[in-house]
Amino acid sequence: MKSAMKERFIFVFLVAGIGFFITGFIFQMLGPLFFLRNIPMKSVEELVQEDVDAEFYQLAEDYPDEFQKAFGEPTAAAYAAALRLGRDIYIKEACWHCHSQYVRPIANEPVRYGAVSVASEYQNELEMPVLFGTRRVGPDLIRESMVHSNDWHVAHFYDPPSVQPGSVMPSYKWFYDENGRPNKKGLAITAYVQWLGSWHRR
Amino acid sequence: MNNRQSLVDYNLVTAHFIAALTFLVVALTAGFLYSLQFLGHYPLSGIEFFSPGRVRMVHTNAIAYGWLLNGLIAGMYWVIPRMSGYTVLSKTLSWLIFWVLQILVLATAVGILGGYAQGIEWGETPIFVDPFIVLGLALLAINLIPPILKASKDAPLYVSLWYFTGASIWVILVYIMGNYLPQFFVPGAAGAAIAGNFIHDLVALLVTPVGWGLMYFFVPTIIKKPIWSHSLSLIGFWGLAFFYPMQGMHHFMWSPVPMHVQYSAVVATVAIEVVVTSVLANFIMTLRGSGNYLINNYPIRWMYTGMIFYWVTCFQCAIQVTLTVQKLIHFTDWVVGHAHLVMFGVFSFWLIGIITELWPRLTGKEWYSQSLHGWAYWLVTLGLTIMFIDLAIAGVMQGFTWWGLNPFIDSIRFSVPFWFVRTLSGLMIIAGILCLVYNLYMTVRAENAYEARPVIA
Repeated sequence: MKSAMKERFIFVFLVAGIGFFITGFIFQMLGPLFFLRNIPMKSVEELVQEDVDAEFYQLAEDYPDEFQKAFGEPTAAAYAAALRLGRDIYIKEACWHCHSQYVRPIANEPVRYGAVSVASEYQNELEMPVLFGTRRVGPDLIRESMVHSNDWHVAHFYDPPSVQPGSVMPSYKWFYDENGRPNKKGLAITAYVQWLGSWHRR
Repeated sequence: MNNRQSLVDYNLVTAHFIAALTFLVVALTAGFLYSLQFLGHYPLSGIEFFSPGRVRMVHTNAIAYGWLLNGLIAGMYWVIPRMSGYTVLSKTLSWLIFWVLQILVLATAVGILGGYAQGIEWGETPIFVDPFIVLGLALLAINLIPPILKASKDAPLYVSLWYFTGASIWVILVYIMGNYLPQFFVPGAAGAAIAGNFIHDLVALLVTPVGWGLMYFFVPTIIKKPIWSHSLSLIGFWGLAFFYPMQGMHHFMWSPVPMHVQYSAVVATVAIEVVVTSVLANFIMTLRGSGNYLINNYPIRWMYTGMIFYWVTCFQCAIQVTLTVQKLIHFTDWVVGHAHLVMFGVFSFWLIGIITELWPRLTGKEWYSQSLHGWAYWLVTLGLTIMFIDLAIAGVMQGFTWWGLNPFIDSIRFSVPFWFVRTLSGLMIIAGILCLVYNLYMTVRAENAYEARPVIA
């Protein structure tokens, strides 16, 4: 009977079910956590203390009434609120299913997108959950800051093929008010996309 | 044998199958709609609730939780009482779990469309749904484990029950890990390690073990021969249990996650190919001398086609996981093709085989049409094969346009013909599934009702 121990419930449950899972968990998941433990975690407030992007002030100038209504004055606090909302929209509209957020050190990616991604760039509140992504129907976005202007983004979210012929990105008309000007969502997602990689320009 | 049959709640199994097929049709419709976006003809454009990105998440979640989970649970409700000789814990609890699952899948779909998706791949289930899913999975384990535990006191367990035992606890651990740690506790690259493992483990530690457990039961009972080698089935189970939880990081190769974690995932992924080959060899040898079943028996044909696809997908995995191949094919449609081969070509084929095997016995009716079986099989198999090859070629092409520093839009422009073929192959799959569903429906309605249920296994 002892030889058949490995065919008993309790052995399978404890060794395979729990034991092996925990082994994998330690090596594959706690491992990275341990190796990256010295990188400080930043909240959005800490991120915006470093800098408020010029594009954010530009948004307030370009769309003064809409901006005033959505965020008030273009302060650091307003920037933090815009980034949080923008990140939430990025998640719920599944932007991250078609756009990745890391540059690999291979396949000419540093030439196309810019500096190779490092772990410290992701140790912040806006990357929890992490938005690496696994597919690039559209281009990577982690170096997107200032690649395009605010106006380009506002036109692009409304009707992508109008500024990028051949694009298969859907239009996001609910980011706009009845006059076709960006509402709070439109301003927030623009601010967020312009934030991605902004730390690399400084 | 007769009283083993009375251990199974036939209505419960049927109800799970009907729910599964309903969500399968929903998932296929969502996938078809989403594919039209890539051709510039999305019919619901501009409607927030049906935004293509949200519909994509409904497509994947309906497949994972609506179709596969429902179907696999139905299979376990059929197999566990028969193998163990004991009923599941409670009939009431079974029906409670059934309704909870359907409500949660619906809530997930509506939640995602309403803009409450969570930013974790395969874990887009809204945050407010997650605790209930964990609770439901715990109830499922509580319901399914008692008969296995009792049988274990009588004699050593058969291989199917090892897989179900493992899966009953893995699925809870995996779900909690994937939906909570990256969302609330672990940011950035370390969070990606966990999210990557969740993507992988949902397939590897939920769908795969339950699927193999069902195969180890249905194949020998249909062809009325024992499995070829008990030792190989031991190797298969323990190899899977050991290596599968260690390879999820292969979803984020060349990322900022520490490199040696990535290397270890590559090693584990290549290792599992050896294990998979041993399992496949066991099933091929079991079929030896009974090859006529592939021609005459539709359930066996579905199941073995799925197994061949499983070997192909694992072989593909062992190659594409290497850092060299990752340079070219990561982020492309190659991976999308791979995912379709896994979730549809393997596990959906197995489930269809199981439904085809059980439907006359569950309903007590003769099949309405044998030729519809043939149509369903060939439409789905050819459709999926075309889709897989099409997306693999598209992926390589996309990889080269990026590597070659073409303007990014080139990778879209050159992909459109491939996406057109993808939509057509998807339509073939939908047509095949509709043949199957129509056949099931007409069988239930058939006048030539078949009163006595045949007594097998």
